[in-house]
Amino acid sequence: MKWNRLSRRESMVAVTFLLPSTIGFALFYLIPFGMGLVYSVLDHTVGGSFVGLSNYQELLSSGSFRKAVSNTFWFTAVNVPVMLMLSLGIALMLNRNLYLRRFLRMAYVLPLVVPVASVVMVWQVLFDWNGSLNAWMHAAGLEQVDWMKSAWARVVVSVFYLWKHIGYNIILFLAGLQSIPRDYYETADLEGAGKWYQCYGITLVYLTPTMVFVVLMSIMNTFKIFRETYLIAGDYPHDSIYTLQHYMNNMFLAMDVQKLSAAATLMVIGIYIIVAMLLRLEKRYTHFME
Amino acid sequence: MKKKGFIRNLSVTLLMACIGLMILSPIVITFTNSFMTEHEIQGNYGLVGKMPVVTPGEPDVFVNLKLIPDWLSFEQYGSVLLETPTYLFMLWNSVAMVVAIIAGQTIVSALAAYAFAKLRFKGREKWFRVYLMTMLMPFQVTLVPNYIIADKLRLMNTAGAIILPGIFAAFGVFMLRQFMLSIPYALVEAAQMDGAGHYRIFYRIMLPLMKPGIAALIVLLFVDYWNMVEQPLIFLEDSFKQPLSLYLSRIHKDAQGIGFAASLIYMTPMVLLFLYAESYFIEGIQMSGIKG
Repeated sequence: MKWNRLSRRESMVAVTFLLPSTIGFALFYLIPFGMGLVYSVLDHTVGGSFVGLSNYQELLSSGSFRKAVSNTFWFTAVNVPVMLMLSLGIALMLNRNLYLRRFLRMAYVLPLVVPVASVVMVWQVLFDWNGSLNAWMHAAGLEQVDWMKSAWARVVVSVFYLWKHIGYNIILFLAGLQSIPRDYYETADLEGAGKWYQCYGITLVYLTPTMVFVVLMSIMNTFKIFRETYLIAGDYPHDSIYTLQHYMNNMFLAMDVQKLSAAATLMVIGIYIIVAMLLRLEKRYTHFME
Repeated sequence: MKKKGFIRNLSVTLLMACIGLMILSPIVITFTNSFMTEHEIQGNYGLVGKMPVVTPGEPDVFVNLKLIPDWLSFEQYGSVLLETPTYLFMLWNSVAMVVAIIAGQTIVSALAAYAFAKLRFKGREKWFRVYLMTMLMPFQVTLVPNYIIADKLRLMNTAGAIILPGIFAAFGVFMLRQFMLSIPYALVEAAQMDGAGHYRIFYRIMLPLMKPGIAALIVLLFVDYWNMVEQPLIFLEDSFKQPLSLYLSRIHKDAQGIGFAASLIYMTPMVLLFLYAESYFIEGIQMSGIKG
C-alpha cells in the first residue's frame, strides 16, 4: 500500500521533470511524425481522402526514388564495413605505447569538430577537373578524371565520410579496448596463446558491444551524408551520389508532400529494422559473457 | 628484445603520423592559404569549376596547390572582417542560434534525463525508446509537418524555427541520462533520508555532479549546430538571417579570395574549444557509447 502511494507520488514528480521536454518533443518530433504517416495515405494534404497505399505504389515505381534507395543502400553497405575495419585497425595501433600518442589521437579526431563548410574549398581544389589530384595523375602519365561528375563522385564522398567520422569511432574503440581486463591477456600468455589468437579470441569478442554501437552510429552517419554532399555538389549532384535525402529534399521543393511522406515512412521502417537486427545480434554474441 | 620493440614502435608511430598528417592536411592547407593575397589565390585556384580551353599543342593547365604563400598577407582577413558586413552578420546569426539551442537543450534535457535515470514511473523504458528512435532519424523525415508547424506558430523565416526544434532534440536527454546512470542511486536515497525532495536533490546534488557530462554535451552540441546546413536552408529564406555555414557554401563561386580566411575564422572557435576541452569531448563520446 505504502509502496503504491510512494510510486504514485514519484510519478507525479517525474511528470513535472519531463513536462517541458515532452511538450516540445511532441510538438516538433512526434506530432510531425504522425502527420507524415497520415499524409502518406491521403491524396491531398488539405481535405484529402484516404487512398490506401497508392502513394507508396507510385513511389516504388518512380525511377529516381529507386536510384536514391539503391545509392543510399550501397553507400552504407560499402562504407560501414570499410569504416569499421579502418577505425578498429587504427585504434589497435594507437592502443600500443606509441610516441606522440596524444597528438596522434588528436589529429584523427580533429576533423569531427571542423565544420564541413570550411573545408569544402580544399576539397574542391583537390577534386576539381583542373584540380590537384588530376595534376598529379597527369604528371604520373594517367588519364584525367572528372571526379565529381562521374561515378568517381561516390569515392570522393566516401573519402569525405571516412575523413570526417573516423575519429569518433576510433575513440569508441579505444574506450572499448581499455575496458578489457589485462588479466585476460596475461592468462592467455601463460597458457601459450599466440598474439593473433589473443586478438581474435579476446579482443574482438569483448569489443562486440562497442562494434555494434560503432556500426549503428556509422549507419546513422551515412544517412546524414547529405550535408557533405550538398556542400560539395549542390542541389543536383551526379547520379551516383543522389541519395534518399536529395530525393526527399527535391520532393519538398516540388511540394510533392505525398511522395515525401511515403518515402519518409519507408525510411523510418528501414532504420527501425536495422536497429532491431543489430540489437538482437549483439544479444546473441554477448549473452555468454555475463 | 628491447631494441626490437623500439624499432617496431617507431615504425608504427611513423606510419600513424603519416596517416595523421594526411587527415590534418585540409585543415593545414586552409590555415596557410588564408594568408595569401587575393591575387595569389586567383592565380592558384582561379581554374576551379571552369572547363579548360584545350588548345592542341599547348600543355594542360591545372590548379596550383600551394602550401606556403609567397608572402604573409592579411588582406583576406581584412576583406572578410572589415569590408564584408554580411559575413559578420551571419557569424552573429550562427553564434546566437547555437548559444540559444545549447542553453535550452541543456536545461530541458537535464530535467528529463533525471526523470529517465532516477525516477520510477510507468512506461519509462518505452517512452525513452521513442526518444531514442527519433534521435536516429534524418532531418528530412519530418520535414513537411515541421514546415507546417513552423508556419502555424508563425516561426517561418525566423530563428525560432531553428532554435525551438533544436532545444527539444532527444540527443541531450540521451546523453545526460547515460551520464546520470553512472551516478549511484544510493545518493538519491541518502538525500531522501535527510528529507530532501526530488527538486532539491536535482538542483543541489545531481547538477554539481553532472558538470563533466554537461560540459561534454555542450561541446558536442556546439560541433553539431555550428555545422548545420539543412534546417536553415529550409526555414530561413532571407540570407541575412542565415548562419555562416550556408554563406560559406556559396562563397567559393562569388569570392574565392576570401574563402580560406572565412573558413578559418569559421573553424577556429570549434578547434579552440576542442583543444581546450579535449578530455571532456572524448569522455562525452565514450559516454554515448556506454549502454544504459
